[in-house]
Amino acid sequence: MAGGLGVDKLTKMLDRLGRWAVAGVAEFGFGAALVGESVFWLAMGRKRRQPVRLGPVVAQAMEIGIGALPIVTVLSGTIGIMLAIQGVYSLKLFGAESRVTLGVAMSTVREFAPLITGILVAGRSGSALAARLGTMRINQEIDALTVMGVSPVRFLVVPALVAMMVMLPCLTLWADLVGLFTAGLYIAPQLGSTMGAYVNEVTSLVQMNDMLHGLAKSVIFSVLITIVGVVNGASVSGGAEGVGHMTTRSVVHAISAIVITDMIFVFMVTR
Amino acid sequence: MSRSSQSVAHSVEVIDLNTHYGDRQILHNVSLEVKQGEIMVIMGGSGSGKTTLLNHLLGLMPPTSGTVRILDQDLGRLTPLERQKLRTRTGVAFQSGALFSSMSIGDNIALPLREHTDLDPTTIGIMTRLKLEVVSLAGFENLKPAELSGGMIKRAALARAIVMDPEVLFCDEPSAGLDPVVASSIDDLILRLRDAMGMSIVVVTHDLDSTFKIADRICVLDKGKVLALDTVEAIRASTDTRIQNLLNRRTEEAEPDPDAYLRRLLGDTSTPPDGTPRT
Repeated sequence: MAGGLGVDKLTKMLDRLGRWAVAGVAEFGFGAALVGESVFWLAMGRKRRQPVRLGPVVAQAMEIGIGALPIVTVLSGTIGIMLAIQGVYSLKLFGAESRVTLGVAMSTVREFAPLITGILVAGRSGSALAARLGTMRINQEIDALTVMGVSPVRFLVVPALVAMMVMLPCLTLWADLVGLFTAGLYIAPQLGSTMGAYVNEVTSLVQMNDMLHGLAKSVIFSVLITIVGVVNGASVSGGAEGVGHMTTRSVVHAISAIVITDMIFVFMVTR
Repeated sequence: MSRSSQSVAHSVEVIDLNTHYGDRQILHNVSLEVKQGEIMVIMGGSGSGKTTLLNHLLGLMPPTSGTVRILDQDLGRLTPLERQKLRTRTGVAFQSGALFSSMSIGDNIALPLREHTDLDPTTIGIMTRLKLEVVSLAGFENLKPAELSGGMIKRAALARAIVMDPEVLFCDEPSAGLDPVVASSIDDLILRLRDAMGMSIVVVTHDLDSTFKIADRICVLDKGKVLALDTVEAIRASTDTRIQNLLNRRTEEAEPDPDAYLRRLLGDTSTPPDGTPRT
């Protein structure tokens, strides 16, 4: 009898695991389909008399990019100084503090600038996207678009995706500049050199390859943030509470996806 | 504008529609047809399946089996492009209005024109204001949906639904949640639209007064089945107790099966309440 009960519990657990896995795969598939459909509308929209319009793209770009400038500036500046302090401290331990510029420049351009910008934009714009789509869904606005013969993907998703794919690399580039600059503010006096000498050293150290490494990642992040936001927003059910739940979920998923993808990218490219 | 609507036999045709949510059957062999220029009211209490039926008519949900034909085109067999074209010939006014909250009323109504036609902005502006006049909302085009009252939102939603001069108009609970005077004005508006533009109109509602006022024919849905499909007079004269209960607002008769009642109370889920729709 007890064994039967144990088996019963086990099957229930396996059942739940199976359903959970199926839901996860379905969500992943939905995301992939969204990317495919977005590319389709970008390429074929004009032919189908449903062009992707520039106006909404620009509006989204302003919101995603220009709106995030202040906070990206503050945080990348802070991280530049933080890296400089840690770098000087740790390299001093074996008397190599003169090499600190190399470490700071590489880690800012290749890692910290894209990562911090991605996380910030996921929190600012990914969540806003999920909340907006979720509210539109429970308000039947998505249905209204569909029955009007206007593709919701073309009308709502593609502008956000394009704006994100343009603005996130721009913000990353800006974060690179600010981070390297503030790091220099600390490093130059510490090494007893000048800002001019520091800038010279940075420009000779940072290769095109390093910049592209960071920017390529930020393009991947931009797709992840948009798709995670849209998938969560489109799956909202159950009123205002559902919108809140899915918005939180979209931020957590987007940041996790960014960090994990970052690791995989680095593993594939840098070894 | 040249229209092919004269050759259309039925504006809407539903044949043997069945739907399930999970294991539960919502619609049972529902069949109905709406003639051109006719106002068909789909009536039924909460949970009768009328919203589900509307979602099928709008092509928002695929049925388990059966056929939905809108303007002689089978919804299940259309290519995406054909479907998009068909949707420019139909209009929908949702229960909550479903106006885009980020846009002004004028932009909401102009949206289908901007997306589907090559008209210049001046013409679009004129057509938008024309439809606003039709629904007596002239001068409100710059307001946001949040700044309108419930009745005004419903009228704005109607204006958006008819801006492309559709051949078929679907209205979901056009008068629900409104006071009797405003509700009556919406009914008048629907009648005017049919008379002036000759559209076929499908109205889904549980409002009896408005049903009798606007309907040419009534389809009474009950527990996912078509209980009656007839003219207003015939429905009024019907001797069917279920229909009379609905018309006279009597509650349903007492539980016919005490055993089933007891089983439900005991939480016995081995015998699912077959076919009982969601309330």
